[in-house]
Amino acid sequence: MIQKPETKRAIALVDCNNFYVSCERLFRPDLESRPIVVLSNNDGCVVSRSQEVKDLGVLMAAPWFQLKGMAKKHGIIAFSSNYTLYADISNRVMQLLSQFSPEQEIYSIDECFLGLTGMNELTRYAQHMRSTLRQCVGIPVCIGIAASKTLAKLANHVAKKQPDFNGVCNFNELPEDRLDTLLDNISAGEIWGVGRRTTLRLQEMRITTALALKRAPTKRIRAEFGVVLERTVAELNGTACLELDEITPPRSQIICSRSFGVSVANLPELEQAVIAYTSRAAEKLRSQHSIASCIQVSLRTNPHKPQEPQYQSAITVPLSAATADTRLLCRAALSGLRHLYRSGYAYQKTGVMLSGIIAAAELPRTLFDDVTAQEKSSALMATLDQINRRMGNGTVQLLGEGISKNWAMKRGNMSRRYTTELNELAVANA
Amino acid sequence: MQLSLNLPRRSSASVLLSMTHPNKELFYRQRALLRRAVPAGFPSPADDYVGQRISLDEHLIGRRESTFFMRVAGDSMRGLGIFDGDLLVVDKALPATHGCVVIAVVDGEFTVKQLLCTHEGQILRAAHPDYPDMHIQPEQDFTIWGVVSWNVHKH
Repeated sequence: MIQKPETKRAIALVDCNNFYVSCERLFRPDLESRPIVVLSNNDGCVVSRSQEVKDLGVLMAAPWFQLKGMAKKHGIIAFSSNYTLYADISNRVMQLLSQFSPEQEIYSIDECFLGLTGMNELTRYAQHMRSTLRQCVGIPVCIGIAASKTLAKLANHVAKKQPDFNGVCNFNELPEDRLDTLLDNISAGEIWGVGRRTTLRLQEMRITTALALKRAPTKRIRAEFGVVLERTVAELNGTACLELDEITPPRSQIICSRSFGVSVANLPELEQAVIAYTSRAAEKLRSQHSIASCIQVSLRTNPHKPQEPQYQSAITVPLSAATADTRLLCRAALSGLRHLYRSGYAYQKTGVMLSGIIAAAELPRTLFDDVTAQEKSSALMATLDQINRRMGNGTVQLLGEGISKNWAMKRGNMSRRYTTELNELAVANA
Repeated sequence: MQLSLNLPRRSSASVLLSMTHPNKELFYRQRALLRRAVPAGFPSPADDYVGQRISLDEHLIGRRESTFFMRVAGDSMRGLGIFDGDLLVVDKALPATHGCVVIAVVDGEFTVKQLLCTHEGQILRAAHPDYPDMHIQPEQDFTIWGVVSWNVHKH
């Protein structure tokens, strides 16, 4: 693409406000101005907070059990995470946003970059995006616009923190001194890609704000920290070094691991969990049209209970031929688990990881492959996925996964799956 | 291009192969590979006229991103053919204009009613003689959540 030299790069970062909380509120209008948190798997920590909860001083990742007293006092409502709902709402948001720009990089479940170079009146355009999302999906967002991805992230930070920007902050149209004042008020640790250790080392060099890092001598930064932070400095100065990744490559690893709701000591229950996680991982594998050549199984006790005997181990099981067949993957995973298992421990977590992932179409065929069996297998798996997609997850599963699942996650207060299950719809009174 | 490759069940070639092949299992696999059917025959005269079968999903859902489903509870909308237990197709993107059936939020609850825009203000009207009009007061907690585009009733 040929760009006129005077066209400034413009990249927007669109980020949903308190995304999980906003999803919960969408179908619970009675909770509009009530304090709400969403908890992580097993109802462990706070992963999303409404503004009212932030104002009470509750920090991200705070353990829920420590907050119970405060929750009672202020009437904080806690939801277990309902990822089925959040994923559907996220897909709607991303789909709508894709209509605003030919270039979109979906960065996480609740944020995406859009390429807006060459477009006019960007602040108004961004306000239009906000009102469209608010109207069509009911999710509030903030938008930051700047010449690089790193700056766009910071612009978004400003749009979120400073209400007078009305949800849109466009660094490209601010005068240089105003922009520098804003950057001076953002600590260096808030910058995208600057981790906690880097922040500490920067502090030793008296670089504590985004502005200080922007003005830091590149040579020294490169010598001390390497090329990645040097690139960040260039990005802070408005030189885009990071391109938009429009196509996310197929994942090279698929992990499915969870903590148990209650600790598990016996092998049959662990086997159920491993089969369930492997089934889930295999489904993800097939949805990206790939096959895996290795499966790793891991197992551990609860490290937060040091008084109990501790054990932790993992094993990688290679597959004789790369596959996406749930049955073959489960067989391999179970042999791994039986190898790891020691009796006499209270296990808290197990997981599987698929690796050596390649696109199914890339597998070199040999003349002596058992084509019929392979075709049968992929037809069976496609049918399985189709049924589970249409009739709900877990409609058809391997029997070994177990029916009762004593080990399943704690989800004390999960909302309904309003958009993916016909018998969990929101009710309108007539 | 039509191509037909029908090997006889026991062709002389496969007999020959079977006699010379060192590995019996491998031989059967190879033969299975050769035997796989290749489509052949006369092309259907309707091939050029194939249409997409009607999809209710496409017909009822204008905008996939902004369309949600809801369930009706109660009989106040009977007069407009909306019954208890019906499935509502709700589009949040549609503008709520005079006469629309809407999902409104009144005091934190979803309600389905007909919206009337009069010069005295907005009115939510039921379609049932027992339910009086609800005049929206300026200070009332009230929003329009979406517009009902269809309702699906099972007979």
